[in-house]
Amino acid sequence: MPLSPTDAVAALKDKFGDGVLEVIEFRGETAVELKADILVEAATFLRDGADYDLPIDVMAVDFEDSEPRFLVLWEIMSTGNSGNLRLRVRTTEDEAEVPSLSHLYPGMNWMEREVYDMSGVKFAGHPDLRRILMWPGYPYHPLRKEFPLEGKSSEEPGFAFSNPAPLEGGPFTAAAVSEHAHESEPRSNAPKLD
Amino acid sequence: MAETTTLAELEKADVMGATASALESEEIQGDKLILNMGPSHPSTHGVLRVKLELDGEIIVKADPDVGYLHRGDEKIAENMTYNQFVPYTDRLDYASPLANNIGYAMAVEKLLDWELPARGQAVRVLCFELSRISSHLLGMGAMAMDCGAMTVFLYTFTEREKIYTLIERLCGARFTTSYARVGGMTRDLPPGFAEEVAGFCKQFYAKIDELDNLLSRNRIFVDRTKDVGSYTKEEAIAYGLTGPNLRGSGCDLDLRKSKPYCGYEQYDFDVPVGTVGDCYDRYLVRLEELRQSNRIIEQVLAKLPDGPIHVTDYKGYLPSKKSVMTKMEELIHQFILVTEGIKTPNGEVYCGVENPKGQLGFYIYSTGGGVPYRMKIRGPSFNNLSILPKILPGHMMADVVAILGSLDFIMGECDR
Repeated sequence: MPLSPTDAVAALKDKFGDGVLEVIEFRGETAVELKADILVEAATFLRDGADYDLPIDVMAVDFEDSEPRFLVLWEIMSTGNSGNLRLRVRTTEDEAEVPSLSHLYPGMNWMEREVYDMSGVKFAGHPDLRRILMWPGYPYHPLRKEFPLEGKSSEEPGFAFSNPAPLEGGPFTAAAVSEHAHESEPRSNAPKLD
Repeated sequence: MAETTTLAELEKADVMGATASALESEEIQGDKLILNMGPSHPSTHGVLRVKLELDGEIIVKADPDVGYLHRGDEKIAENMTYNQFVPYTDRLDYASPLANNIGYAMAVEKLLDWELPARGQAVRVLCFELSRISSHLLGMGAMAMDCGAMTVFLYTFTEREKIYTLIERLCGARFTTSYARVGGMTRDLPPGFAEEVAGFCKQFYAKIDELDNLLSRNRIFVDRTKDVGSYTKEEAIAYGLTGPNLRGSGCDLDLRKSKPYCGYEQYDFDVPVGTVGDCYDRYLVRLEELRQSNRIIEQVLAKLPDGPIHVTDYKGYLPSKKSVMTKMEELIHQFILVTEGIKTPNGEVYCGVENPKGQLGFYIYSTGGGVPYRMKIRGPSFNNLSILPKILPGHMMADVVAILGSLDFIMGECDR
C-alpha cells in the first residue's frame, strides 16, 4: 500500500523506535536519519510495505573536521504516490562504511559504486564495489574536502592503468608493454606518399 | 576419401540432441571472445565503453565502463556561487541545455523557497518542451541511423535546426544557452518570438507524421527493434530508470503529471506508455511525446501571461542595470550578489524535473552563504545505462546498437 512520506516515517517510528534518530522536514521534503544497523530492515519495509520502489540517488556529504565525518543519503521514490523519502546514515572517518542497499534496489549498485569512488565510503554487502567514474588504480577520492580543486599529481607514473585493455595493441592501447607496441598503433603506420 | 553418412544415421531420432551435446563440449565451443566496444564507437553516442563477452555472436556478459567524460562538475560546484554554475549545466545533457539550466535554477529556488511569477513559469515550460522535442529528434534520428535508416536522421535534423534557430533568437547561443538564472531568466522573449514558435508548431505535426511514416512500419527497423532489449516494468523501476525508458515498459510515472511544477497542471497533455518494454516501444513513446510536447507549446503560447519573468526580491536577483546606475540600494544589492552570491538558508533539498532523458535531479546541501557545501547531480542517463548488464546478455552483437540507440543516453550527464 503506498504511504505518503509522513505516514511512512510514522510507520518507521512505530516499527523501529530508537532506530529512528531524527526526522527532518524542510521545504516539503522528508528525510529520516537512521541507525546504521536498522537501515536494511527499514529500507526493506519501505520498499515492500510502503511502495517506495524507485531508487533515485545515493549521495555522501563530507564534514571534513567534525565526527562522524560522512553523511550518506539514499533518495527513494514511490511510483504509486510520487512521494520522495531520504534515508540518512552517518559514519565515522575510521569506519567509513555503511550497509549497502543494492540487493534491494539493483539500480543502487552503480550509485553506491560512484559514492565509493568519489567519497571513499564503503558499502558493506555490495557485490561489486569497484571504481566507476575514475579508473581502477586511481589513488584518491576526489569529492573529499581535503582533495584540492586543481587535482593532485602522483609520483607513480603508471598508476592509472592496472590492467592492459582488451584487444591490447589497438588504437586504445593503455600502456606500451613491449618495444614494438607502437607499430600496432594505426596512426604510426600512415601510408607514405611520394 | 571421407566417410559418407548413411541414410540410417541421418534418420536417427536424436540427431539434434547429438549436435547440441557436441556443441557443449569444450573442444567445439572454444574460448569466449572479449570484445571492446567503444569508447569511440559511433553507436555509443559519445564515450561509452562496453566490455562484451561473446560466445560466437551471442553476448554472455556485458560490463559497461563509464567515466571517460568525467569532468568533476560536483567538485567544481562546491567552489563557485550558485549563478556561476549555470553554464556548467549546459554541458550535462548537451542535447537539451535549456532544460538543464532550468532544472538547476529550480533546485536552488526550492532551497530559497522562491516562486516565479506566471510568465516566468510559462516561459520555462516553453523551454522544457522545446528541449524535449529537440532531444527526442536527436535520439530517434540517431537510433534510426544505428539501425540502418540514414535518411531519417536528415529529416529529424532539419527540424532540429529550426529549433536551434529559435533558441539562438531566444538567448544568443544554439547549444550553450545558459538561459536560466536563479530566480528567473537572463532575458524576456524577444519580440515576435511567440509567433515564430507558433509557426514552427503548426508545421511540426505534419513532420511528426512523416517521421512516423518513415519508421513505424519500416520492415527493417521493426525487425531490428521489436522484442529486442525488453525489460519489464518491475525491472525498470528496480534499476531506477526514468523518462521514456521507464514509460516504454508500462509505468506511467511522469513528474509533469504526478508532481506538477512550473504550472504544468494547467496544460492538457497525455503521458504515453508502452506495453512490452522493447526498443520499439521506447521509440513509439518518444514519437508520441513529440506530439504531446507540441500540444503543450501551443497551449502555452495561447495563454502566455504578461508581467515579469523573474522574482522581484533584489536581495537575491540582480536588479536591472538602469536602477543599479541610478539607485544606491540596488547598487549595493548588485555588489553583494556578484561578490558573495545569494544568501541561502541552512538545509538540504532534492529537486527532480522531468527532462527529455528522464528525471534530472539536483541535491544541494547548504550551510548558508552563496556557495553550495555539497551538490550532487542525478544524471538520468547514468541510471538508464545501469540496466545494460541485465538486458544485453542473450542478445546478438548487432542488437547492441539498437538497444543503445533506444536507451537514448548522453554521456555528458552520465559522467558529469
